[in-house]
Amino acid sequence: MIKFTNVFKAFPKGGLALKDVSFHIAKGEFAFLTGHSGAGKSTVLKLVYADERPTSGEVRVSGYFVTEMRPREVPLLRRRLGIVFQDFRLLEDRTAEENVAFALEVTGARRSTIAARVMRVLTQVGLAAKAQAYPRELSGGEQQRVAIARALVNEPTVLLADEPTGNLDERATRGVFQLLRDINASGTAVVMATHDLDLVRQAPYRVIELQEGALVYDSAVDEQRDQAAAP
Amino acid sequence: MNLVVRESLLAFKRAPLLSALSVTTIAFSLFVLGLFGLVAVNLQDALRSVEERVEVVAYLLPGTPIEATALGLKDIEAFPEVQLATYVSEDEALARARAELVEFRDVLRELERNPLPASIEVKLKPGFRDAAHVSTVAERLGGFGFVDDVRFGRDWVEKLDRLRQLAAAVGIVVGAAFAAVAIIIIGTTIRMAVLQRGREIAIMRLVGATDGFIRRPFLLQGAIKGLLGGVVAVALSFGAYALIDRYLIQAAFFTHEQAAAIVGFGALIGLLGSASSVGRHLKRV
Repeated sequence: MIKFTNVFKAFPKGGLALKDVSFHIAKGEFAFLTGHSGAGKSTVLKLVYADERPTSGEVRVSGYFVTEMRPREVPLLRRRLGIVFQDFRLLEDRTAEENVAFALEVTGARRSTIAARVMRVLTQVGLAAKAQAYPRELSGGEQQRVAIARALVNEPTVLLADEPTGNLDERATRGVFQLLRDINASGTAVVMATHDLDLVRQAPYRVIELQEGALVYDSAVDEQRDQAAAP
Repeated sequence: MNLVVRESLLAFKRAPLLSALSVTTIAFSLFVLGLFGLVAVNLQDALRSVEERVEVVAYLLPGTPIEATALGLKDIEAFPEVQLATYVSEDEALARARAELVEFRDVLRELERNPLPASIEVKLKPGFRDAAHVSTVAERLGGFGFVDDVRFGRDWVEKLDRLRQLAAAVGIVVGAAFAAVAIIIIGTTIRMAVLQRGREIAIMRLVGATDGFIRRPFLLQGAIKGLLGGVVAVALSFGAYALIDRYLIQAAFFTHEQAAAIVGFGALIGLLGSASSVGRHLKRV
């Protein structure tokens, strides 16, 4: 699904954003990407959605080799991913419904099917009643739900979330996190970058921790090793 | 409706002020170009009417038999440069002089013998009314045995030549300068519209839009803005022309083709401006 093998990424002005990072996230898995700001979480996600290319090493995402990908293929990869950001990135001059429909329209989906698919995901995130609202009329939590609906509408195999709760209060955070768990439960892999350790402790999911660009802890690997070492 | 068309038109609804502003900017920069075009068109008209007076006159030797003249006239009409050759007999010349030179009417009436020679007046086709061609024709006319003298106002024709060259040079240089300014202003306007939607472009890319998909609505919008600007510019030019024609001097307006060319020019710059702005933007993001 997502496989990093000895990935290095240099900053344009020198220095390393990622140092020899390797991990594998399987289909349907839920993984936290943790670490301080600047540890490289966003860089890992950018490599996954091909906004950046690795300086060396190999990045594979659902059958695509990001390292040697042609620019033409990038949109095709992104249609298989759902991406959610801390700042929502909604189009302010379109309603919730139009924001979600937009993601379908760009893929050239048949127009007759768009309305029904949009309504289905808006219902899934609990916002069917606010389909006609503009982003400014929605709370932060609701805006993030619209963004998640937009990410889901193309039925991605992986949902990437970069600090999705970073701008939300505690209650909205719990709601959005529960939504991500539900999405994962229905079979979509979720990779969530966060530095909210309370959230991480709440759930029994895999944790990948970065520190200054290096992978310092991976619960999947380290727990196995710990178990093997146990008498 | 097609998605590209719908997205292009929606942009006007979503950013009405900026769209109106770009159309207005485009309209005024094309209007300036249009005003210059009007000046050029009218100057050209004026020059053409002056040109039409370019004429070579061959005075015939007295006593030339009419048959010889008739044959010569046929030859002259066959010159590739010649539009019209007219024989003017001695009597006609006198009658004309009497009609045109009113001051000398008495003198002319008391003449015992007609002192005016017969002549052949030659008008040249458009495109041959310059000093070089006029001289060639004059020289050839001089070669006929029955021709006494050839006149064509050499100084005047040469001055006309210079005027024409000057008008062409000024037209090209100033026209190109105005066109360049229009291109720069329209390009900047369109670029602003693209930059204003940079966030939208970034989001489109994130959800998997291809560059072509992102580009097409911008191209169509640019073309529409240029087209609207062009139409407004032609309308403004017509207003200016109507005022000038009514209160200053009688003037000519653009032909339909010329007006269409201004509108087309606007649409083309709008399209190319969008193409280059979006292209640069897509490469940078």
